[in-house]
Amino acid sequence: MNKCIVAFCCEHSAYPAADLAGKLRLHYPESLRIIRVPCAGRVDVIHILKAFENGAVAVLVLGCEDGACHHITGNTRAKERVEYCNMLLKEIEADGSPVAMFNLSPNEPHKFVRAVNEITKRIKEPGR
Amino acid sequence: MIIAERKPMAEIRQMIAPYKKLLLAGCATCVAVCWAGGEKEVGILASQLRLAQSKGRKKISVLEATVERQCEKEMVEELRDKVQEADAVLSLACGSGIQTMAEMFEDKPVFPAVNTTFIGMPEREGLWVEMCGACGDCFLDRTGGICPVVRCAKGLLNGPCGGTRKGGKCEIDPEKDCAWVLIYRRLEKQDRLDLMRQYYTPKNFRAVKRPGRIQSVKA
Amino acid sequence: MATPFREILKTKDFVVTAEAAPGKGSNVSKAIEHIELLKDKVDGLNVTDNQSSVMRYPSLGVCLLVKEHGGEPILQVTCRDRNRLAIQADLLFAYSRGINNVLCLTGDSIDVGDHKEAKQVFDLDSVQLIHLVHTLNSGKDMAGNELDGGIDFCIGTTATPSADPLEPQLIKVEKKLKAGVSFVQTQAVYELDELKRFTEFVRTVDGGVKILAGIVPVVGAKMAAYMNDNVPGVFIPQYLIDELAQAPKGTGVAKGIEIAARMIRQIREEKVCDGVHIMFIGREERVPEILETSGLL
Repeated sequence: MNKCIVAFCCEHSAYPAADLAGKLRLHYPESLRIIRVPCAGRVDVIHILKAFENGAVAVLVLGCEDGACHHITGNTRAKERVEYCNMLLKEIEADGSPVAMFNLSPNEPHKFVRAVNEITKRIKEPGR
Repeated sequence: MIIAERKPMAEIRQMIAPYKKLLLAGCATCVAVCWAGGEKEVGILASQLRLAQSKGRKKISVLEATVERQCEKEMVEELRDKVQEADAVLSLACGSGIQTMAEMFEDKPVFPAVNTTFIGMPEREGLWVEMCGACGDCFLDRTGGICPVVRCAKGLLNGPCGGTRKGGKCEIDPEKDCAWVLIYRRLEKQDRLDLMRQYYTPKNFRAVKRPGRIQSVKA
Repeated sequence: MATPFREILKTKDFVVTAEAAPGKGSNVSKAIEHIELLKDKVDGLNVTDNQSSVMRYPSLGVCLLVKEHGGEPILQVTCRDRNRLAIQADLLFAYSRGINNVLCLTGDSIDVGDHKEAKQVFDLDSVQLIHLVHTLNSGKDMAGNELDGGIDFCIGTTATPSADPLEPQLIKVEKKLKAGVSFVQTQAVYELDELKRFTEFVRTVDGGVKILAGIVPVVGAKMAAYMNDNVPGVFIPQYLIDELAQAPKGTGVAKGIEIAARMIRQIREEKVCDGVHIMFIGREERVPEILETSGLL
């Protein structure tokens, strides 16, 4: 699990998008670990922190576009939790390990890849 | 219920700096409800502390445990084994719980991870407001159920003061309502403004002689 | 020696009081300057007490100086810094040294001052304080003990005619009047109608109490806007703000004095109330100008 990037992927949007990216052989870092969740809103702060505890260097939370969440407010809650998580990491001067939320549709494999590349750029402390 | 708020991270880290094995002890009652020290918050703080190691220092080991009420000796007793494993305890309970832990395990340093602030309630999700000051001489019958001792910033029994801001906000904080304007509106609704027109003699501040101690008559 | 304030209240048509703020430190030379400047021009001189919760030389101290220099001091006592024992003790001392006028106030909160971590006392509120002075006046302390040497204070208090909402304030004012006060010094007023309404209300409760309208000169449009937003119970109407805005640069203070003097003349001519209380903290040396311009000297 060391030095990996963990991506929590909503099964209605990001997971199929990631799947499509794989089929199209779009390039993204090998260190990416995908965790399928029923909704981005299922991801809680502790899951993100545990990912870091277990060696992740960045965490992505990917959910449906605004207004398209199957569980209505799951993506909104996820966004708030991601912001809260960033604050918790900043408190302990660990904000070099980024957490970010991205919204996409199931047929947007390029958006998925862009999100992964984007978060990779934000990592300031490789090898934590 | 009792409202508490987690202490600033820098303060917590300074307290626990000399210790290598910590037990984070939470409480599932008041502090859990106000998101300060329940099982969830213990998990988050534990995770933060594990992640927060400066380069080159030894890792710290963080144990987690939450009891139903940390102010009850029988419940705290359940933690004895875990406490023995640790060098120090960081309690996320209110002041009552922290002190019970400290008393039960006198050979271990026990630190407060939260500041206990007031007796209050959620005005809306995530917003806790003070309601009661535990003054031991309840005045609520005379003010339509609004406490002037803690909800009035000056604790006036014959209010308001001359500092009420436009629209009935408090002199000290424009976000806060002037308690006496609230009392006026409440009593007006109930057609009992005569209660507000009455003169109230100085408060008995020794109704509870601190430290408070009440012996129940019941066996 | 000055005429006792309580006599002036009974006999004079239009009573004038002013305010002096002590300095921050044991150096009282400035306070003495202000005393010398004002003592013979006003009927009573209030001395503020840790005004705006900023620690200063005490009211009691400067009141003694006023007395020494032949003026008529009005001691200000707030409930913020002293408990009932300290207040009673201070009043005994003050009286023993010839001070016998007291203004009873709640006091600003600690947060507006410069010692923001101090404990607020508020053992009493202003109504209870008025009752306390009466108790001492009757020869007993608050616990019912007989005093060996009593006091006899002339009691005054404050009020806020421009409060919003007004009704709760009026209930408070009524309680103060029923507790028994000889004079009321109001917060700054800029609207004659508001003052008239307030005076009418007071008269329905107590026909004899003397009302002194608070006069605080505003020295600029910006200051006026600031006060409207930040100073509780103060309302400066737009037409005055406009008048201030039109004053040429550098004449702000003069304009403020002109407006204040105009207000004083109006109050006196229309017999709206029994006098004025002039507050020009930081510019005490300009108070005689206000008195002259308004025809009071």
